[in-house]
Amino acid sequence: MELRAARRGARLTVQLVGELDHHSAERVRSNLDHMLRDRTIMELHLDMRGVSFMDSSGLGVVFGRYKTLRARNGKVILSNVSPFVDRVFRMSGVYKLCERI
Amino acid sequence: MQRNRMELRFVSLSQNESFARAAAAAFAAQLNPTIEELADIRTAVSEAVTNAIVHGYDSRTEGIVTLICEISGDSFTAKISDMGCGIADIVQARQPLYTSKPEQERSGMGFAVMEAFMEEVEVQSAPGRGTTVTLRKRITR
Repeated sequence: MELRAARRGARLTVQLVGELDHHSAERVRSNLDHMLRDRTIMELHLDMRGVSFMDSSGLGVVFGRYKTLRARNGKVILSNVSPFVDRVFRMSGVYKLCERI
Repeated sequence: MQRNRMELRFVSLSQNESFARAAAAAFAAQLNPTIEELADIRTAVSEAVTNAIVHGYDSRTEGIVTLICEISGDSFTAKISDMGCGIADIVQARQPLYTSKPEQERSGMGFAVMEAFMEEVEVQSAPGRGTTVTLRKRITR
C-alpha cells in the first residue's frame, strides 16, 4: 500500500492507495505514526479513494490513529470511502468517532 | 453447477493473505456472483486467513494454512484451517470487539465481518489442535 501525504496548516491529508489488510497495516501504521510525531498536527484526514480492499485490519489502523489524535484533542476525518470499505466501517461504528466528509 | 473443489496450502506469511483471498474469489467466480458477493467472499476469507496467521500461529511463519474451496449447486464453501494453538473459548472469540491481541491493534471485528458477509460461519477448534473456519454463501442469480 502506498501513502501520499500533504500538509495544510494543522491538517495532514494522507491518501491511501492499494489494499489495506493485516500485511500492509503494519507499514501504514508505522508511517502514519512517524508523521504524527509532529504534535502540531491536529487533524488526520485519510483519503480512502484509492483503497481497493480493506478488512478489519484497516479498522485497527483507523481506531489506533483516532486514539492518538483524540489524546491531543484532535480528530480523524475519512473521505472518499467506497461502498465496499463503507460496509466494514459502518458495522464497526467508526463514524461515531471519526468525521466523514 | 457441477460440484467442484480446490485446495491450497501455503505458509503462514502475511503476504499470502492477498493471494488466498484472490484465489478464493477467482474460484467462486464460476458461480457468476455479483461484484458485491465477490467482495463479501474476498473479505471473509481474508479475515479467516489473517486469524490463522495472527492467532493460530501467533505470527510465526513456519505454519501451514490450508484453504479448501468447494462449489455444490449454488453454494460456495471456503474452509480455512491451521494447525496452531486453537481457541479455548470460541463464544468469547466470536464476540464483536473482543481481541486477545489489543497491543497489536487488532480491532476484534474479524468474526463479526465474516458473519455479516457470509450466510454461515462455523468454527471448530480445540486448544493445541488448531482451528478450522467454514464459511458458506449461496450465490443465486
